[in-house]
Amino acid sequence: MQTNGGKALMKSLEAEGVEILFGLPGGAILPAYDPLIDSSMRHILVRHEQGAGHMAEGYAHATGKPGVAMVTSGPAATNMVTPLADAMLDSVPLVCITGQVASGAIGSDAFQECDTTGITMAVTKHNFLVSEASEIPQVIHDAFHIATTGRPGPVLVDIPKDLVDPNNPASQFEDYEPSGHNLPGYNPIIDPDPERIREAAELILQSERPIIYSGGGILKARAASQLRELAEMLDIHVVTTLMNRGGFPDDHPLALGMPGMHGNYTAVTALQEADLLITLGARFDDRVTGRLDGFAPDAKIIHADIDPAEFNKVRFADVAIQGDVGKTINELLNALNQLHETRQHPDRSEWKSTVSGWKERFPLVYDEWELGEGLKPQYVIEQLRDLTPDDTIVASGVGQHQMWASQFWHFNHPYTWINSGGLGTMGFAVPAAIGAKAGVPDRMVWAIDGDGCFQMTNQELVTARIENLPVKIAILNNGYLGMVRQWQELFYDERYSEVHLQPDLPDYKMLAESMGCVGIRVESPEEVQPAIEEANEVDDRPVVIDFRTEASENVYPMVPAGKSNSDVIVHPSQETP
Amino acid sequence: MTSSTPSHTLVVRVENKPGVLARVAGLFARRGFNIVSLAVAPTENVLFSRLTIVVDAESAPIEQVVKQLDKLINVVEIQELAPTESVTRELILATVQVNDGQEDRIMKNIENFEANILNVGPQRIMVSLSGDVDQVDKFEASLEEFGIMEIQRTGTIALPSISNS
Repeated sequence: MQTNGGKALMKSLEAEGVEILFGLPGGAILPAYDPLIDSSMRHILVRHEQGAGHMAEGYAHATGKPGVAMVTSGPAATNMVTPLADAMLDSVPLVCITGQVASGAIGSDAFQECDTTGITMAVTKHNFLVSEASEIPQVIHDAFHIATTGRPGPVLVDIPKDLVDPNNPASQFEDYEPSGHNLPGYNPIIDPDPERIREAAELILQSERPIIYSGGGILKARAASQLRELAEMLDIHVVTTLMNRGGFPDDHPLALGMPGMHGNYTAVTALQEADLLITLGARFDDRVTGRLDGFAPDAKIIHADIDPAEFNKVRFADVAIQGDVGKTINELLNALNQLHETRQHPDRSEWKSTVSGWKERFPLVYDEWELGEGLKPQYVIEQLRDLTPDDTIVASGVGQHQMWASQFWHFNHPYTWINSGGLGTMGFAVPAAIGAKAGVPDRMVWAIDGDGCFQMTNQELVTARIENLPVKIAILNNGYLGMVRQWQELFYDERYSEVHLQPDLPDYKMLAESMGCVGIRVESPEEVQPAIEEANEVDDRPVVIDFRTEASENVYPMVPAGKSNSDVIVHPSQETP
Repeated sequence: MTSSTPSHTLVVRVENKPGVLARVAGLFARRGFNIVSLAVAPTENVLFSRLTIVVDAESAPIEQVVKQLDKLINVVEIQELAPTESVTRELILATVQVNDGQEDRIMKNIENFEANILNVGPQRIMVSLSGDVDQVDKFEASLEEFGIMEIQRTGTIALPSISNS
């Protein structure tokens, strides 16, 4: 049967199980938007292409399914560069369809032409420039395969306009079902090597001060239950990186929470003092390690990752296990069970009580609110946490609010925390929350955002209202680019350079209302709870709460950039005199 | 010049698709891997091309270079060739000045290296030599005293030695 590129594109996306597209049409992608009308897929019309990309990411984080965005050529494609880079660094499965100028016009500096595949080469797992309409079913099939298997990531498919335009003979071809993939250079290894598993089990059995260092790969591999099984079987404490918050329940006795630059004292120090790091789907990011030559100096490293390029990239791995981390944990459990039949691990009670002692001595704390101050942002987050369902999905932007959210929320379920970890994309929260809500409409979705971040992408609240995606946004409005302000205070002699925003401009309440949302302003502690309860009651439109927070509040603990994790600065009240 | 840099030789089989060279070159650039030389051409199978990349060993651990290269979807196979397990060749073209009275010495030099004369003009001569990097380096150095006007080297190409493949 004859078909054309546009129809085939829709059919191919449907065949991949796509239910929602996030996008915005324009010249070069116009012919693909026509058959969309007859498609079963829902399209969410964004107000800026970056929004479509982050929504697709939020959707992917929340559902585990690949997020899909579709936009036009030129400026739309360049607006997609940030979400692609974000998805690349956080291993988010994303498929982005971009329109391109007609085949014959490529390379002529045509209207809205840019070299999309050239520009996005460095920020995608792979990209395709379709050269014939008949490639479309196979390329889409390959794109989803690459995006979702191995280490997940973004894949872009650039399609020239003539190949999807039914009036152009170049778009016509004989329809077919793609079968399999002809990708000779792409064979991700899923099954761990049994020899490496045995070596790892042996190291675990010998270690006196082991810690499980778990990262975002746990969530990507949907291996949270296996992680828990391993931790409980070994009775070993677990740190969860920023990308794995929710991958191990915070209320579990073995949970240590987040390590790193703003990690809590116990998580940071447990990694630092361990003699073995059981590294599962984590990549020794500089925000976790601090100064590398001072990181976990006595620790041997077991490193399990789907991506072998992570081994020895930052830290030498004594045992490197390539494969799916869920399968790796299962195999480790088997191997450990066998070893435990005949042998005992060293006494770890002292180590365990040391770690517990740190937990007790160095909980996350903040100063009490005093009259005349702005709200304590940590208090707002605690209230939000306590007044919302346990499985609430929290999206955040990047900065102080992100660190406080990660610190003070109790993540007890996987896929409840959505943030931009690797790229650190300000403005991520609002569109990511909307994408998550589109994917799991029955769950409550809160974005915890900063005022700086909110001003970058808040226009998507119009999308949320019109598309009936009632997300809730808590702006921790301190009138500053807060994290930058904190660094200027601590490391630039309080010389504040270009960090002051204006807490009253825009008027966030009116701005929210102008976009069809409920807008609430909260200035005093006693208003916090009623405002959150009011917001929780609203289910027919988005809600924005403008929490006026204290500008001088800093994120603690902190490991200053370039310092060793042993030099972690705790909250002033916890300093040893 | 090239032989003095500590280096690794990678022979990389890639899918013969548009943009593959840009993907490889872009990867090296963004990860700070230095390329000493790079040669690329189609293989016996039209679906694949073969690249020989000589990598500056001091710019990055070769393990990282290989693993990052391997992540490129279009890269099918990577072989790291040790000097003892491979045959390498490079081709040089050079146009050399021929000053009065130097003719004999130049001809002698060309004969010594068993180089070829490709093109002759007034007061200049174009010569070529194919050999391993060492030979080509020495040949280039020998031409310097006469005055090299233009030079082009191909970069190394390599295949595994037959005894090892």
